[in-house]
Amino acid sequence: MAQAAIELIGINKSFGAVRANRDINLEIARGTIHGIVGENGAGKSTLMSILYGFYQADSGEISVGGQPASIKSPNDAIALGIGMVHQHFMLVDNFTVLENVILGAESDALLKKSIAKARSELERLEREYGLEVDPDAIIEELPVGLQQRVEILKALYRGAEILILDEPTGVLTPAEADHLFRILRQLKEQGKTIVLITHKLREIMAITDTVSVMRQGTMVATRQTTKTTVGELAELMVGRRVLLRVEKGEAEAGGVKLAVKNLTVKDSRGVTMVDDVSFDVRAGEIVGIAGVAGNGQSEMLEAISGIRRAISGSVMLDGKPIDLTGAADPGELRDRGLAHVPEDRHHVGLVLAFEENENSILGYHDDPRYLRGPFLDIDAIRDDARDKIAKYDIRPADCRLKTANFSGGNQQKIVLAREMEQDPGVLIVGQPTRGVDVGAIEFIHKRLIAMRDQGKAVLVVSVELDEIRSLSDRILVMFAGRIVGERGPEATEGELGLLMAGVEQREAAE
Amino acid sequence: MDLFNAIIQVLDSTIRLSVPLLLACLAGLYSERAGIFDIGLEGKMLVGAFAGAASASVFHSAYIGLGMAILISVAFALVHGFASITHRGNQIVSGVAINFIAAGSTIMLGQAWFQQGGRTPALASDERFGAIIWPGADAVRGVPILGPIYSELISGHSVLVYVAFLAVPFTWWVLFRTRFGLRVRAVGENPAAVDTAGISVAWLRYRALICTGVLTGIAGAYLSMVQNGGFVKDMTAGKGYIALAALIFAKWKPVNAMFACLLFGFLDALSIRLQGTPLPLIGKVPVQLMQALPYILTVILLAGFIGKAIPPRAGGVPYVKER
Repeated sequence: MAQAAIELIGINKSFGAVRANRDINLEIARGTIHGIVGENGAGKSTLMSILYGFYQADSGEISVGGQPASIKSPNDAIALGIGMVHQHFMLVDNFTVLENVILGAESDALLKKSIAKARSELERLEREYGLEVDPDAIIEELPVGLQQRVEILKALYRGAEILILDEPTGVLTPAEADHLFRILRQLKEQGKTIVLITHKLREIMAITDTVSVMRQGTMVATRQTTKTTVGELAELMVGRRVLLRVEKGEAEAGGVKLAVKNLTVKDSRGVTMVDDVSFDVRAGEIVGIAGVAGNGQSEMLEAISGIRRAISGSVMLDGKPIDLTGAADPGELRDRGLAHVPEDRHHVGLVLAFEENENSILGYHDDPRYLRGPFLDIDAIRDDARDKIAKYDIRPADCRLKTANFSGGNQQKIVLAREMEQDPGVLIVGQPTRGVDVGAIEFIHKRLIAMRDQGKAVLVVSVELDEIRSLSDRILVMFAGRIVGERGPEATEGELGLLMAGVEQREAAE
Repeated sequence: MDLFNAIIQVLDSTIRLSVPLLLACLAGLYSERAGIFDIGLEGKMLVGAFAGAASASVFHSAYIGLGMAILISVAFALVHGFASITHRGNQIVSGVAINFIAAGSTIMLGQAWFQQGGRTPALASDERFGAIIWPGADAVRGVPILGPIYSELISGHSVLVYVAFLAVPFTWWVLFRTRFGLRVRAVGENPAAVDTAGISVAWLRYRALICTGVLTGIAGAYLSMVQNGGFVKDMTAGKGYIALAALIFAKWKPVNAMFACLLFGFLDALSIRLQGTPLPLIGKVPVQLMQALPYILTVILLAGFIGKAIPPRAGGVPYVKER
């Protein structure tokens, strides 16, 4: 085996009472791609942040290239040749690519020399690794795939030999992800060591040489990728057997519950985001909308749920129109049986500073069940919240806890429990499992299918292709504000990927 | 020719009146570009004015006065930094507190030290910054048009006026051509990017606040040692707030800031000039309305005549590492 690029011995880290990392031992071989998988909150990102000097371990040792290392700040990590591509890019959006690359690595007090040096250095990196990007482009005008490339360039510019990537494909299209993997393989061939943090097991299987699994702050296993399976890894991550694809029977679609006709929506800048979209959702079926983020799905969801003004078109709920002027009363829509799980649970779905039980009735707080005269019936609300906690396995099971203190997956369950338990006729769900871990994904998918089997109409919008394929009875693909194709659940990933990338339907069919 | 002379006079006082605004506006620019809202410009100018006039009169030196003005103003800036950077306090609350402390302590100390009702003793001419007469200013005075422009507008101001206007290109150069400026702009937009690049967010923001303190100190010294011959209580009279308005108006850019401050200074000069003068068509306008004019314009400009002003994205938010 090759010499270890990084060795972690007995790393411990606590945040207050939470032990994010306990006794972690890990050895990463030089010149390999090493995957680290685990559910959200398993401690992957914390471990990597310790390696990058963003946090200090409470105890434990790190050695880099066989030498014991003390990494007290990102500066130390950079000096040791460690670079990191964060999940949320650490870029200054209104700076140029060059400015971002030199930030913190300027050669002297004036910028002129640094910029000239970076320009020639970027040209070299472009030649060597095929990392093309216009050095004078402003970051916010670049697509996310290129922004990520700038992050990689930043690390390479600083002479990184070890590159850590935290959930790099979350924001990428399948094609962009493939391109990223090609780049990573090329970097590996040049002798770089790559650490890939992800919760997408398919990626691990596709690209890594070795994979380590974390669960609840501990390192539970390390395997040669060729000698393991997706099933085994999922089981190690969750600690029990997981169904990766939820079983479901044939849909028994009934009458049309939700009819969208010629819907056109513009964003605040006047750009057309949804362009003449029409589709139906019937009782007893799940319709999935696939597409790369930013192709109008969010605006469409907002228009249908009455939050955003539509320019033209109509949406019929049980044959009666929904007010599309942007002034719809969400309470009235709820009364008519439309439940909406918004994409952005932090800003739209929950008030994070509220207690769990308060969030679990939000929007339904006028329901007589929760009222005693003009006052809220606190006991009834808390009992109701406890029921939902039990039924949806929300952890920790404490309805008085502040919502911000729940993990992403549990927050999502709070929203889902609230909307599903109102027994709506139509359920609209945006990104049902964004930031949710494997075990909870299985649970949420089962619930959505149960809703379908009860004869509800379910509309799911997701950027996760696997999710769309596993849930939907019909798949609509959205690109640049239009529905560019409809496929059955048997559609292959490649086929959908081409549609999502806006390749003409005829080409896709070939 | 009368009209021409009147215009020259108004423009001359425009320059004098915009200097404290300009210095304060550039001061705010450093701090806000670094992501620290500074509503305490007013207070820092005020303590600067007091410290400047008080020490100039005690030590009989304008330069010691200026030094003390800067020193005390920087000290107040550091207090703001301690509250809002180190302890991640609310920047608006901290700024307001600084304004109150400044307003109260200058009067109290002034009364305790000089017993003149919160004033400092009137400064002798060698304790103030006098006008610098440029070579040949008197000789060319008689030349039509160019003569008065040279001798009135360009020549004959105190050194601090030239400092203020030179601070504009200097600030531009610092922000856009130096490593420090690049980092300051970055930390105001995305401090996490600065942190992961291995640069201390706190130290960078403190340094930006020191720049702010230096400039508000000079602004204060200008008020009490150039414009006025001593400190008078509350002599900043809202200039710190107008400077903030000018900063937004200027979209946080140094050269724009200069023009914004000149505009406010011009309105101020105009309102003084036109007091009691009947205007064609309108007739005599009440003094109060003329005095209110700059402020009315501020409201109108800020209410939407300037297009979208996008502040530095991390402005007002204390930096906390994630989790």
